[in-house]
Amino acid sequence: MLLIFISASWRSSAQTDIDAIMMEKNAFCAGGMYTYSTWKNYWEGTLKRNNANIGSITTQMIGVMGNYGVGKKLNLLFNIPYITTKASAGTLHGMSGVQDLSLMIKYRPINKKIGDARLAVFGIAGGSTPLTNYVADFLPLSIGSGSTTAMARLMLDYYYNSKWFATASATYVYRSNIKIDRTSYYTDELILSNEVEMPNAATFNVRAGYRTQWWIAEAVFNNWTTLGGFDMTRNNMPFPSNRMNATSLGINLKYVLKKVPQLSLTGGVNQIIAGRNMGQSLTANGGVFYVFDLARKSTKSNHNKQ
Amino acid sequence: MKYIYSFALFFTMIAFVSSCKKEVQGRTDKTGALTPLNIDLNAGTWKPILLTGPTEFTVAAPIATTSPDYIIQISEIKTWQSTITEKERELVDYWSAGAVLRWNEILRELVAKHNLPPYQNADGTYPFPNANNPLAYPQFPFANPPYAARAYAYVSAAQYDALVAAFHYKKLYNRPAPYKVDASIQSLIPQSDLPSYPSEDAVVAGAASEMMKLLFPGDQDFIQQKAEEHKRARLIGGANVRSDLEAGEALGRQVAQKFIVRARGDRAGAAAGTQAQWTQFETDAVAKGETPWISLDVPKRPPMLPLFGKVKTWLFDSLTMVTTLRPSPPPSTKSDQFKKETEEILSYSKNITREQIRIVHFWADGVATYTPPGHWNAIAADDFISQRFSEVRWARNMALLNMSLMDASVACWDAKFFYFNPRPSQVNPEIKTTTGLPNFPSYTSGHSTFSGAASTILGYLIPGKKDVYEAMAREASISRMYGAIHYRSDCEAGLICGNKVGAYAIQRAQTDGAQ
Repeated sequence: MLLIFISASWRSSAQTDIDAIMMEKNAFCAGGMYTYSTWKNYWEGTLKRNNANIGSITTQMIGVMGNYGVGKKLNLLFNIPYITTKASAGTLHGMSGVQDLSLMIKYRPINKKIGDARLAVFGIAGGSTPLTNYVADFLPLSIGSGSTTAMARLMLDYYYNSKWFATASATYVYRSNIKIDRTSYYTDELILSNEVEMPNAATFNVRAGYRTQWWIAEAVFNNWTTLGGFDMTRNNMPFPSNRMNATSLGINLKYVLKKVPQLSLTGGVNQIIAGRNMGQSLTANGGVFYVFDLARKSTKSNHNKQ
Repeated sequence: MKYIYSFALFFTMIAFVSSCKKEVQGRTDKTGALTPLNIDLNAGTWKPILLTGPTEFTVAAPIATTSPDYIIQISEIKTWQSTITEKERELVDYWSAGAVLRWNEILRELVAKHNLPPYQNADGTYPFPNANNPLAYPQFPFANPPYAARAYAYVSAAQYDALVAAFHYKKLYNRPAPYKVDASIQSLIPQSDLPSYPSEDAVVAGAASEMMKLLFPGDQDFIQQKAEEHKRARLIGGANVRSDLEAGEALGRQVAQKFIVRARGDRAGAAAGTQAQWTQFETDAVAKGETPWISLDVPKRPPMLPLFGKVKTWLFDSLTMVTTLRPSPPPSTKSDQFKKETEEILSYSKNITREQIRIVHFWADGVATYTPPGHWNAIAADDFISQRFSEVRWARNMALLNMSLMDASVACWDAKFFYFNPRPSQVNPEIKTTTGLPNFPSYTSGHSTFSGAASTILGYLIPGKKDVYEAMAREASISRMYGAIHYRSDCEAGLICGNKVGAYAIQRAQTDGAQ
């Protein structure tokens, strides 16, 4: 159902918490991204179906994000999305609002040259928390899960001949319980509480392609697996603590303008190819980023440093 | 080397965070043992609902507490207690909170599990659940609000009648609890002066499980397992010997049989109607010059239990329902009033606030929930716990509440299909809803009727909370306007009709001998 839980893993290759790009010391990359995502088919548990009472669910997101270089080895990142959802059929009302603030620390303790290649190891930690009291329990139209999360990621980047790269990461996501507006709900048993136990999750991400100072072109594989939760039963509504899984494939492009090397444009598409208790989203995004050198020492591009 | 430390720290953090306890505790998971303020020893004189009197079913005199058989039963308890496990202790605690409370929760759980509209057939028609093949898709039952209201009523009423009979025999035979006969029996539950034969717990379990097997035939194993656990908990707890339990269970099941006979003949079985009847509603509305209700489900789904308005009521007869309870007609779909009310709902749809959505969702009780009648059962249960009613008073009050809720659903469904009024989103597709749009006509609002009835009888049973219940009913009612699925007329007329139904329950409560 929810692109939004996992959107962070799919952001195109800007300076994000899931790529190997680091900002130089005192450089601050800020940008905006627009994401359009739509699905018609979804998995009810493991059964793939559509639903004429909702038609297609469309999610649009405008994200404001930034990445600050505390040092070459240590970056801080943030992201704030505004999300709006809509169903193309039926009577259900779409939702919109500011979703979760995420903050990340990205640390690169190892960056070693080995022959023609360079190997880097990253540790990334962070989390997210809702910025507004949006409605979590109105799937598939909710804009988020309402959970406060903490995540830890280990990432390896292999860069060959200053052109070809492969990055792989594994992430563990802790998700806090949430409070919903009703006083009971049924999972595979009746719970007399407004609190919902949110299962944690794990993600795996592999991206590989071509990367230079001016261009990045990459293919991305992503898998999100919810560690627990329950399946939607036949013809039931989705629920925040469902076992939501998704595997996606996508491609991303990034171009740094030669005339204005502080400025870059990004774009990407991805498609969910397998899932569980989720919509089979097709997602496209585009973004614009600008690097400010807060130390004012250099005017060179700082985009695709590694 | 320092990398190793930082990664070790990193993974320690993951391990720490991932081990955080997140298990959610339900409101009544740890409810303490029921210690009634009044044991209601004379409840055998209270007026039953269906039984002709407390002795309609005979309970044989118990064996003497000095007999060898009784001593064997006492030693059975001792054996259980000498090898008690943590799990068994939890079971004793769980059931000690109250038999009527726990069986009400089990029933609510089954309702929520089964409250799912069937998925359509390939040809766009819809399959109907079949009681004779309950596990085949679509599983029987579809526990929608009318079905649920009826289930709560039958289970509660059967429990009440069975307990009235049980209390008669308790007083008559006056057999003391095992811990009073043999001081070496531990009572893991609060001691009571109530005679223990027949066991009130087993009576409730017997009546409830027998009734629920009719209502949820696909869940018989689950129901039976709960009944076994319940009886075992009372044995281990030292509350009852086996013969207390066996006599109680047998009585409960016999009484339930009488309610099952009523249920088989109450016309609910025919409430789904036929294609000819569905068409007739439409034809009749058109003949009156009104816009008929049309299903907005895709594909169009037959209306939910359109003949439920014909089901046999508890608190008044079918003539009263038509002459006194059926509300006057809603504003004509061609009237200015109707246009004005539709505009009002459009404005709620467009300008809904977060607080209004909270109210909509708090009261929605839609798909996969225990329905609005179940919500009022939950509200009542929470308050009954703090009132410390005896089991028989719990059962009586739950029966009054649930007969009101079922009769409210019958009266409401009568109005819905007599007037066959369209939903706001049907007359103006711009009206988007913040909760699921129910698949039956608009006038009157079911939530309002249920809530009007429940708040009236609960306000009588717990006078100190009368204003609170009335405010809740008004909020439940208006939540359907905020959610953009009902007009103001639906909600106002529904509340009034529900209040009237509740007043009949008060009449019964005033004369049932339990005051």
